[in-house]
This record gives sequence, structure tokens and C-alpha cells, in this order.
Amino acid sequence: MTKVTIYVTLRESVVDPQGIATTEALQKMGYEEVKSVRVGKLIELEMDGSEQTIETRVNEMCNDLLINKVIEDYRFEVGEVASK
Amino acid sequence: MKFAVLVFPGLTCDLDMYHAIEDTVKQEVEYVWHTEADQLDQFDAVLLPTGTSYGNYLRPGALAKSSPAFKALQKFADSGKLVLGVGNGFHILVEADILPGAFLRNNGLKFRSAVETVTVENNNTAFTNGYAQGQNIALPVASEFGNYYADEKTAQELKNNNQIIFTYTNGNTDGSTLAIAGITNKKGNVLGMMPLPERAVEEVIGGTDGTPLFHSILNNWGEQHVN
Repeated sequence: MTKVTIYVTLRESVVDPQGIATTEALQKMGYEEVKSVRVGKLIELEMDGSEQTIETRVNEMCNDLLINKVIEDYRFEVGEVASK
Repeated sequence: MKFAVLVFPGLTCDLDMYHAIEDTVKQEVEYVWHTEADQLDQFDAVLLPTGTSYGNYLRPGALAKSSPAFKALQKFADSGKLVLGVGNGFHILVEADILPGAFLRNNGLKFRSAVETVTVENNNTAFTNGYAQGQNIALPVASEFGNYYADEKTAQELKNNNQIIFTYTNGNTDGSTLAIAGITNKKGNVLGMMPLPERAVEEVIGGTDGTPLFHSILNNWGEQHVN
């Protein structure tokens, strides 16, 4: 079984209200060195398939459902599922 | 004229929409559960109510893509018949790529329930012919994701094609691109809007500025079905 970790970020051109509020909160708490925060999403999949098909299928899943390309970018990593 | 209120799991304001049709234009109206969307052909217009489809998980409106109604809705919109999506129904329409753009969390990060003044930017549509051009109307909004986003190019296209139908008149609290409150597709047969006209059809519940929208739909249909 393979573990796929997908990182979803807001596109640079998109204003992130959550990130702005978090920046202000951190600065208020004394972390003045923080200039910008952007909040994204982490999606973890456990799935079957060869390395090649997985890459194709994950891209398809991102396009079909997981990502909204109008506002989001993504990248992903493919690894082994840690044995339990 | 025959209306369908298309209901996805979690859309909670289907009754309001149903009632608005019964109460304003007094036409035939039926609920269509999303797994029965293959029946949509027999209707003249599809109404997507608001609520929280699929718990707003992943992104508002996104998980509706897994429903059989998704393709049926795209087909219905392509056929040129009228589709109205309000609130979360608007979210579903952008996720379905039937309307351009996307939604972000409100600038204030809060679920905002308020009455907004909205300007009718284009009254030459199947949905707004009962309003005056530039008319200011009062409609309720209720959403955490009312912040409409379109990139510069898309926003310019919307403007050039007169697809911006409603804008927020006094400020733009949620942060929408160009203060957009409602848009149509290029063809003009699909309207998505964040303000909720179905909640403004009776004086006793706070106003009737939503009523002309439903009459507009019927007028438009009537004009195309003389004889």
C-alpha cells in the first residue's frame, strides 16, 4: 500500500482571509518577525497501484475533485505506508 | 411552468424555495432528490436551494460532484433551460463549472447573516426583467463562504458580457471580487447569487424584494411559450 500526501495551497494571487487574521494574531502575541501566514490543507491518501498509475490517478483526482484550480495549487509526495 | 427544487444531502432551505414558488408565481413545483435527477428533463427550471450540502466538507459545493445529479445538472444547464442557484446552490454551480469563479471564506471569517442592499446591475435577463436597471433591493444573506473570487481575466469577461447581475451596494463586507453578489453564465440561462430571494417574498418575514425575481422567471418563460 502506498501513502500519498497532497499539499493544497491557495494560489499566490488569492487573498487568504484566514492567513491574514492569523498573521495579525501572531504579531499581537509578540511574534513580530512573522510577515505573512497562508493556511493550506493536507490530504493523505492510502491507495493501491504502481508508482506510475498512482501519479496519473492522483493528478486526475486533484483535477476532478480534490482541488479547485481557480483558487488552489497542489503538489504531492508518494511514499510507503508505515507498518503498524 | 414546472419548477424542480433539486435537493442534495445537507441543503436545508429547500422548503423556503418551494414555498417561494407556491407563494409568488403559484406554479407547479416539485422536490427532486439528487439520486432522481434523471427526471430533470420534464421540468422547465431547476432551483438549487441553500444550506450546507455534504457538510461543506473539502470545499462548499465540491462533494456534490460525486452525485449522479451533477452530470444531469450540467446537461440541464447546457440545454438552455433556466437554473437558479442561491447560497450553497451557487457554490455547487461554480464547482460544477457551470458558472466561473470560486468561493473563499468571508473576509471577516464569520458566518454572516444580515440583510444586504443589492444593486440590480443587469435587468435584461430571464431572472431580473421585473426589476428596474440599477434598482437597489434588500435581500438577506446567510453564509460563511460568501466571498466570490474570480481572477482578473474572468472578472473582466464577466463585466464585458454583462454577466454581473447583482452587486453589494453598501460596502463589500465579505470581500467579493468587484463586490459581486450574483452572476449568470454567458448564455444567461443560469444565475448564481449569494443573497436569498426566496427569503424575501413576504412582508411579514422582512420584505418582498425577492418576489420580482420569481415573476421575472415566469414572464420570461411566458414570452417564450406564447401560443
